[in-house]
Formats: sequence, C-alpha cells, structure tokens
Amino acid sequence: MEYFLELFFGGLTRGSIYALIALGYTMVYGIIQLINFAHGEIYMIGAFVALIVAGVCTIYGLSGVSILILAGIIAVIYASAYGYTLEKIAYRPLRGAPRLSPLISAIGMSIFLQNYVLLAQTSDFLPFPRLIPDFAFMEPVAHIIGSPELVILVTTFITMILLTLLIKKTRVGKAMRATQQDMNMARLVGINVDRIISLTFVIGSALAAIGGVLVASYIGQVNFYIGFLAGVKAFTAAVLGGIGSIPGAVLGGLVLGWAESFAAGYISSAYEDVFTFGLLVVILILRPAGILGKASKQKV
Amino acid sequence: MAENKHKLLEVKRLTMDFGGLRAVDSVTLEVYEGDIAALIGPNGAGKTTFFNCITGIYNPTKGDILLHPKGLKTRRLNGLKPNKVTEMGLARTFQNIRLFPDMTVLENVMIGRHCRTNSGIFRAIVRGRGVREEEQQIIESSYQLLEKVGLAKFANEFSKNLPYGAQRRLEIARAMATEPFLLLLDEPAAGMNPQETTDLEQLICKISAEGEMAILLIEHDMKLVMNISNSIYVMEYGKKIAEGAPREIKDNPKVIEAYLGEETDA
Amino acid sequence: MTDMLQNFKKSILVSIWFVFLTFPLMVVRVNTMNQVVVWRWTNLVWVAIGSFVLSYLWRYMLARQQVRKKVADEGGEIRSKTQLLLEDMSFRYKAMGIILLAALVFPLVFDTYQSTIMISALIYVVLGLGLNITVGLAGLLDLGYVAFFGVGAYSYALLNHHFDLGFWISLPIGGFLGCLFGVLLGFPILRLRGDYLAIVTLGFGMIFKVVMENWDSLSFGPSGIANIDKPGFFGIDLNLANSTIYIYYIMIGMVIFTILVTTRLRNSRIGRAWIAMREDEIACVAMGIDIARTKLSAYALGAFWAGMVGVLFASKTTFINPASFTFMESAIILSIVVLGGMGSILGVIIGAFFLILLPEYMRAFSEYRMLAFGAAMVLMMIFRPQGIISNLRQTYEYKGSKEKINNG
Repeated sequence: MEYFLELFFGGLTRGSIYALIALGYTMVYGIIQLINFAHGEIYMIGAFVALIVAGVCTIYGLSGVSILILAGIIAVIYASAYGYTLEKIAYRPLRGAPRLSPLISAIGMSIFLQNYVLLAQTSDFLPFPRLIPDFAFMEPVAHIIGSPELVILVTTFITMILLTLLIKKTRVGKAMRATQQDMNMARLVGINVDRIISLTFVIGSALAAIGGVLVASYIGQVNFYIGFLAGVKAFTAAVLGGIGSIPGAVLGGLVLGWAESFAAGYISSAYEDVFTFGLLVVILILRPAGILGKASKQKV
Repeated sequence: MAENKHKLLEVKRLTMDFGGLRAVDSVTLEVYEGDIAALIGPNGAGKTTFFNCITGIYNPTKGDILLHPKGLKTRRLNGLKPNKVTEMGLARTFQNIRLFPDMTVLENVMIGRHCRTNSGIFRAIVRGRGVREEEQQIIESSYQLLEKVGLAKFANEFSKNLPYGAQRRLEIARAMATEPFLLLLDEPAAGMNPQETTDLEQLICKISAEGEMAILLIEHDMKLVMNISNSIYVMEYGKKIAEGAPREIKDNPKVIEAYLGEETDA
Repeated sequence: MTDMLQNFKKSILVSIWFVFLTFPLMVVRVNTMNQVVVWRWTNLVWVAIGSFVLSYLWRYMLARQQVRKKVADEGGEIRSKTQLLLEDMSFRYKAMGIILLAALVFPLVFDTYQSTIMISALIYVVLGLGLNITVGLAGLLDLGYVAFFGVGAYSYALLNHHFDLGFWISLPIGGFLGCLFGVLLGFPILRLRGDYLAIVTLGFGMIFKVVMENWDSLSFGPSGIANIDKPGFFGIDLNLANSTIYIYYIMIGMVIFTILVTTRLRNSRIGRAWIAMREDEIACVAMGIDIARTKLSAYALGAFWAGMVGVLFASKTTFINPASFTFMESAIILSIVVLGGMGSILGVIIGAFFLILLPEYMRAFSEYRMLAFGAAMVLMMIFRPQGIISNLRQTYEYKGSKEKINNG
C-alpha cells in the first residue's frame, strides 16, 4: 500500500508537470492548429535560465527559497520572450501556408534552439542547486511524498487556478476563446487576432517555464536535451486529453503521469517510454479526439 | 415522369443527424436515365449534406440509397466508402473547388482514371508493354475529356494557375473520367460570370445529350436550373418541400414562400 | 528618408531585443559543478551587430516574398531558367551521363577517405529518396524514419551473427523487413491526420531505439553488435582500400536502382495517387482512390529503401548500436527532403550531397551543423517552401497535341 501511494504521488507530481507543459501545446493548437514542436525547447530554456540565475546567486553566496522564486520569475520572463519571438519568426510568416510548412518550421526551430543552448552553454548535465528545504511538517509522510513534490503540486495547482480565472473571467480570456472558436469572426468583431496569438504563446511559454524550474529543482540537473522528451510526452498528454481542450490537457497530463509511474513501478522502468507511446497509439486508434476532445467533422 | 425510363438512383427517406441537429429530414428523390435533375433550396437547406450522404462522405442516420446500374444488380450505398461509391459509378464535384493544385490539368483528369485502371506497384516498376499501353490510353482518354470541356490548350498547366471558371470545368472533366453513369454537380456555376455560366449550361447539355450519364445538380442560379433541368427537387430546413417539372416548381406557392425575401431570377 | 530612419529604428529595436533575449545564455556561463561564473561580454557585441544586420536582410527577403506571391496570385507563373532547362529531356540525359562518368571514376582518382565520405553521402541519398516517397510524394510526415534504417541494419547484423548469412542474401531481406515494419506502422495510424501522424511516427522511432537498448537477448543492448561481415566479393578477401571501393560501387548501383524505381513509381498510376492524396485527401477519395491502400503502399515503399540501405550501412561500419538510430538522424533525412524539394527526386539528391558533404568538408563549422540545419528548415519553409528544385512539371505526349494549337 505504501509503495502504491508512493507511486501514486510520484505519478501525480510527474503528471502535473506534464500538464503544465501540455497546456502550452493545447492552447496553441486550439488557436492555430499547429503542433508547436519547439515548445519543449522553451521549457528547457526556462529551466536553463533558472539554473543560471540560481547558479550565479549561490556562487555569490545567496541561497534559499527566495532565490528559487527569483529564478522562477526570471525564467518565466525569458521563456515568454522566447515564445513570443519564436511565433513572430517561425510561425507568423507561414500563416495560410500548407499545414506541413509550419510543422516543419517548428521542427527546425526545435533543433535550432537545442543546438543554440548546446553551443552557448555546454552539453554536460549541470547540477541545479538544492533550494527547496525539507519542511519539518512533512517528516511523517516523507517516505511517500517529499517536500519538493509538495511544492510542485501546490505551485501547479495555484497556476492552474490563475489560468482558469484568466481564461474564464477576463476580457483577454474571452477574446482568446473567441479566437479559438472562429478566427475570422473574431477578427471581424474587432479582436486583434495577431495579439491574441502572441499572447497565447507567451502564456503557454510561461507555464512551460514554471514546469521547467520545478522539474530542474526537483530532479537536480539540467541539460540542453531535456526539452525534447518532455515536450514529446507533454504533447502525448495533450492528445490524450483531447488537443485544444484545457481541462483535457490537465487530465491527460495526470493520466500519463500515473500510467508511467505505475508501469515503471510494477512492470519495468527500462520500457517507460514505450508505455507512453503505446498509450498514445492506443488512444489515437480508439478515440482520435482524445478523452475530452470533440470529434470534428471536416467540412466538404 | 416517364415510366418507361430506367431508374438509376433511388433515395428513400434519407435522414442525417449531427448531434441534435437534423440536417436532412426524410428526403426521397429519384433520378432517371437521361435526366438532368436539380436540387434547389435556400442556403443551409441541407443540399450539400444530402450529396455528402450519397457519395459516402457521411454515413446517413436513416433511409436507403439504392443504385440501379443498368444491367447490373441493385446496390445499397449506405455506409460505403467514397471511393467505393465512385467505383459503383457515381462521381461528384465540390462546392468549393477541390482540385489537386500542384498537378497539371491533364494529371488531374488522369487521377479520375485511377479506379478504371489496374496496374500495381510491381508492374509500374517493371514497366512492361501492358503498363505503357495502359498509361498511354489514360493519357489519350484524359486528353479527350479535356477537349470536351474546352480545356485542351491548358493540358500541361498547373491546375492552380487556371482561371476560376476553367477550374470548375476541370472538376467536371475529372469526375467524368471515372466513367460514372450519374454525375453529381455541387453548385457548378457558383462564382461564375454570365458568359462562363452560359458556357457551362451548354457543356452540361452536351454531356447529357451524349446520353452516357444522368446529372443531378445543386444550383442557386435559377435561370440555369430552369433552362436545363427536367425535374426539380426543392429543399428547405432539411425537408423536401416540392418536386416536379420546372414549370410546376415555378408556380408552387410553397417554393415561392421558401424563397421569399431571397432574390429569384426566375 | 523617413523610410530609412524607420528601418534603422526597427533594426535597432530588434538588436536590443535580441541582446536582451540571448543575454543569460550567451553571456553568462555558470558551472554549478566547480562554482565558477564566466562572463562573456564580447558575445553581446556579436549578437547586437548580427541581429542588426539580419533584421535588414529579413525584411528585405519578406518584402521580396510578398512581391512574388502577388505575381503568382495574379496568375503569372514564374518559371526560372533552371526549371526550364531541367524540363528539357535531352539536357537531362547529357547531364546524367556526365555525372555517372564522374561517379564511376571517383574512387580511382581520390583516396579511401574521400570514398568513405562519398559512401555515407550516397547512403543519405537513398534514405532521402525513400523518405521522399512517404513525405514528398504522399505527404505523410514521418519523423521516425530512422527506425526502418535500424531494422535493416539490425536484421543484417543479427542474420550475419547468428546464421552467418551473407550481404547479398540479407540485402533483399533487409528491404523486405523494412517494408513489413512500414506496413505494421502504417496500419494503426491510417486514420490519423498530419500532425498526429508526425508525433506517432516520432514515438515509433523512439520505441525502436528503447527496445534495441533494452532487449539484450536480441540486440546485445547498448554495446551493439561488432564484427559484421563486409560484403563478400566472390569469396576473395579484400583489403580495406579495395573493400571501400567495392562498397562504393555497390552504393552507386543502389543509388541508380533507387532513382530508376522511384522515378518509375512517381510517373505511374500509384505515384499519381500519392500526389493526389498529398494535395487533397477528400477529393482524392472522391475520385475512387482507396486511401488506406495508397497510404500503406507509401509507407511500405518508403521503408523498403531504408531497410535495404540499412543492411549496407551495417556491412560498411561492421559495427552497429542503438546510438546510430536517434531522432537526429530522422531529422537530418527529413531536412534533406525538405531542403531538396519535397517530391523532387533531383532536389533530394542535391539536398543529400549538400547537407552531408558540406559539414564534412568544412570541419571548422561541423559543430554548427545541426544549428544550421534547424535554421535552414525554418528559412526554407518561409522563403522557399518548394525547396532547391521545385516541382517539375510533368508533360505528356498525346495524339493531336499539334493540331489543337491551330484551332484553339
């Protein structure tokens, strides 16, 4: 039972990170029907920037949770800036092009960003300073769920609530939903669609960066390649939940997190990634629209 | 309608639901040999959905679609894939033109020959005499169709570079290449200027006069419909509200009511 | 004048933005292991100057693109001289003859090292032409193509290791197994649309690598399989130089075979169906083409070449392990197809030579290779989506094509 709970919370933690990244995929897909292949790289850049900030701070003698928060904020700012620039350079000129074009552009951007970080920094894994202390009140349950996990869960939860409020309650959120439903109509009623698309990239990137910082401080190391696998898995989560659907992305992330955690715990950890993709293939065959997605009829 | 003519297509009480919306509601329709039948009705009446059901793009909720090829067994089309329906002898065009833009005009028509030819992968690699002869035959018959619709001079142009009216005619040629006995045209005159419409009218009459295929068309241009069709079906809100010869339809109060507020050229 | 000022202002802003953007990654290098920070301020200057210049270039290129699009929209067709030249058959035959001659004397003129490089370029030519069937002609994005290459390589390595089977027997077996895996992969994803397809094929590619890394009893795990036989030459043992030359000629033969077959396929009933499916799937099915069969054949025939050339790869290196079959390989092959021109056989060949030989001969820049690939993919999509060699128009001979000109 204890082992089960440990796997359960491990899966929950992992799943909530997938959910954070998956949200970026789903929001972008919802608006411009593009798999933003470089999204995983934005997550990696977020983690790397946080590492640099935290690393510089610890070397100059600062430490503690406040540094983590500072690193997180700067990481979010930078990831958003990268997401914004990415859209402007690689996707905006391709609006209205055949569907394969922006997708290939996205793959190119993903390769570019990976190698940019590799060349500008290093190919080695860099240790991320330990900034989350062990909370005393967590001691009795520490063998099931540790302090870093708690921090991740709480942060993710708060972020999701803020995102929901943004989308449901604000003017901008309404404009985003309108654009998602019908871009041309939204443009006709005076919504600046280009701005909304940029904003979607900014928000998605910010969420990915939060995920990146949390993972980096949890796992304790960062490298230029971490974005690729995380990106693919988060995309799987988004498809699982039904791409384009925000609650779907969260649900998909959690399902994937649990599936991986239990499969690795009870069956075999070497084949963890095989389970992920196996799940993806099965879902796509049985229910191509995902768990919460709506089947769309193509217009003829 | 004349009793001695062979009935080609028989649609019985066809119904199509999308979730809670009933797009086509119990529509019955028949097309006879040599017919030019027209399906008209205001926008959103369910005409294109009706076409999509017949051609296998949608699977209808209820009703029967029966095909009576001359000299062959009757076939029920419900649930068949679109390519099977085309193989049975029904071909269509699309309301919003769907050509293969990066293929030449001739190649577009050659695609239509696909289901009437049969050389496979290995024979294509070996490229023996049989295959080469078949290829040449595809080319010749496609070219003849282009001559028929008046596009022969564009044969080697990319289809995306054709003027609008020519693209519509190319779609018709491509559909005819599949050797159908019933040709379904979805708003063939949409977006055409008066001259192009007149040319189209002549083309449709010519195809019909050759007697190889009957025609069922959706059209908004009342003048065209009244000029060429011999039977008309009217749909509104998914339901069939009238059918008959052009003269009967013109004076039908229900039809006039359905079109009230809309401009009718008739 | 105001225009110039406006442009200047824009470029300055771009420059400032990129300085801000690249600051943490380009300037600060922190090594958390040894607790040192290096500040590389000179990089800042380079970024500033570079982005300033590039922003001018970017705007110029975008403007040119706009003009071109406008001309195309108005029905004016732009056909460059190269295109017209390439559509001229007699020129094509002459050019092919010269290239073939050059290819045949190459290993006699240059040393073993050069031949080895050329062999790997030729391997990528075959891979590119194979993927060109799936992606370029049929329009099915496949990001796990390297798995089929791996299937071929492993099938030869294992057949050779366990049953002592030779190269020539394994060659068709490798191709056939590639085909088989292509169909196996094709089946479950027949119904998926383009973007989903991309991600699932990517997944398949990764599954292949993970399985090969972990299924020790089959694949010997990450340590791989060594001592694979080189192709036999009538039972004679060849020294390294001669065997390289031998493999080179095998490779030339394979490339010619590939070109011949893919050209014939492209210009056949099947090839046209692939292209039509790429252009518009709904119209294609409405013309009576069986989409499922067409898709499967595109996967199978694309995978065939990868499987076959995989056998050759294993026999050339005599050692394989899962590390040779990463996503990056798939990405390189994909960029060959994209840069060369999707669907264009000549383009893909040029693309392969360009992308494989350039980094080989410019060693100084080889670490920037993937960076350049990525950037090139983006830039090509924006400024030249049709690739180096764009879709050549296929013309046909028909009766009475002459008479018509007078009447029409």
